[in-house]
Amino acid sequence: MKTLIARELRLALRQGADTVAALVFFIICGTMFAFGVGPDPALLAALAPGVVWVAALLAALLPLEKLFGADFEDGTLDLLLLSGLPAYIVALAKACAHWLTTGLPLLLIAAPLAVMLRLPNHAMPLLLAGLVPGTLIFSLVGTLAAALTLGARRAGVLMALITLPLMIPALIFGANAVIAPHPLGAFAFLGAIFCLALPLAPLAAGAALRVAVE
Amino acid sequence: MFRGERLVLRGVSLSVAAGGALVLRGDNGTGKSTLLRTLAGLAPLAGGQIFWNGVPAMADFPSHAARIAWLGHLDAVKPALSVAEHVTDQTALTDMGLERFAALPARFLSAGQKRRLALARVAASLRPLWLLDEPTTGLDATSIGRFTALCARHRAAGGMIITSTHVALELPGAEVLAL
Repeated sequence: MKTLIARELRLALRQGADTVAALVFFIICGTMFAFGVGPDPALLAALAPGVVWVAALLAALLPLEKLFGADFEDGTLDLLLLSGLPAYIVALAKACAHWLTTGLPLLLIAAPLAVMLRLPNHAMPLLLAGLVPGTLIFSLVGTLAAALTLGARRAGVLMALITLPLMIPALIFGANAVIAPHPLGAFAFLGAIFCLALPLAPLAAGAALRVAVE
Repeated sequence: MFRGERLVLRGVSLSVAAGGALVLRGDNGTGKSTLLRTLAGLAPLAGGQIFWNGVPAMADFPSHAARIAWLGHLDAVKPALSVAEHVTDQTALTDMGLERFAALPARFLSAGQKRRLALARVAASLRPLWLLDEPTTGLDATSIGRFTALCARHRAAGGMIITSTHVALELPGAEVLAL
C-alpha cells in the first residue's frame, strides 16, 4: 500500500498541474465571494467559515475525475486490482493520495484565504481544525464517487452530484464549529462522520472498482 | 461467461500443468479476452469453477491475483514515469532490450517499446501464471524472439502461460484451444 501511495505521489509531483489547478480554483472561488458580497468586514467575517468550506469542497472535486479515470483508461487499474492487495486497500491508498495531493495543500492555503475574508484570529484554529477531518472525509467520499462513476459518461457531473450532498453533514458541523459557543460538539460529529466514512467508503469503492473493470 | 449482457462463452474447459502453455485462438470477438479476464478474476464467472491445485481459485481473490502476471490489450504505461520506475528489475529490462532507455520517461517510447516494457513487467513479476492478451501486438521480429525466449525460461522454471494470439508463436508443446 505504501508503494502504491508513493507511486501516486510521484505521479502527482510530475503532473503538478492538477494540484495547482485545485489550489488556484480554491483561491479564485473564495475571492469571488468577497467581490460579490462587498468589502464590509463584519459581513465577510460572518461568511468566511462557510465560504472557505464550500470553496475547499468544490476545489477538491476537480482532481477526482482523474483519480481512477487515468488508470482505468490505460489499463493500470487491472494491474492494481491484480496486485494481490484487496480492492478496498487500493481504494484506501487512492483516498490517501487524494488527500495528500489535494486536501493537505488546500488546508495549508485555507489560512491566508480566511485572513483575506477577515475571519477573526481567534476563529482561525477552529476553522483549520475542522477542515482536517473535513478534507479527510471528502477524500474518502470522493474516492467512492470516483469509483462509482468510473466508465460512466459525464462522470464529472455525476461525481459532483454524488459527493456534494454526502458532504452536507460535514459542512454543517465544520462551519458551525467556527462560530458555535461550544465547538466541541461539532468536532465530535465531524470525528464520528470520519469514523463512519473510513471503513465504509473504501469498502464500497473497492466493490465499485471490481464492477467497473468487468 | 458474459461480456456485458451478452453470453460470450459457454462450455469451456481447460487446464494447464506446471511448465505448460495454452494458446487461445479464434476470430475477433470470440471471447479470448473475456476468457483471460475471467481466469484472472477481473470478470465474473456466470457458471462453473476455476481451480488452482484443486482448490477453488476465486474463494480468496487477493491470493489468486498474487499468482497472476497480467498483460491486457492496454500497456498500462504511465507517460510521466521513467522506464526504470515501471520495472525496477534490470535483468527483465535487458531481456526485452530496454536497458538503454532506463532513465527515459515512458512518453518518449514508441508503441512497440511500450509493449516491450509491459512484457518486461510481466517477466519481472516472478508470478507463476502469465495471462497474456495478444502479447506480440506492435512487436518487431527481434522482440518477438526475445519474448519467446522469456516464455521458454519461465516455463522451464515451472511457470505457466495462457495467451491469446493471432500470429504463430513459438511455444513448444503448447496446447491450443480454439474458441
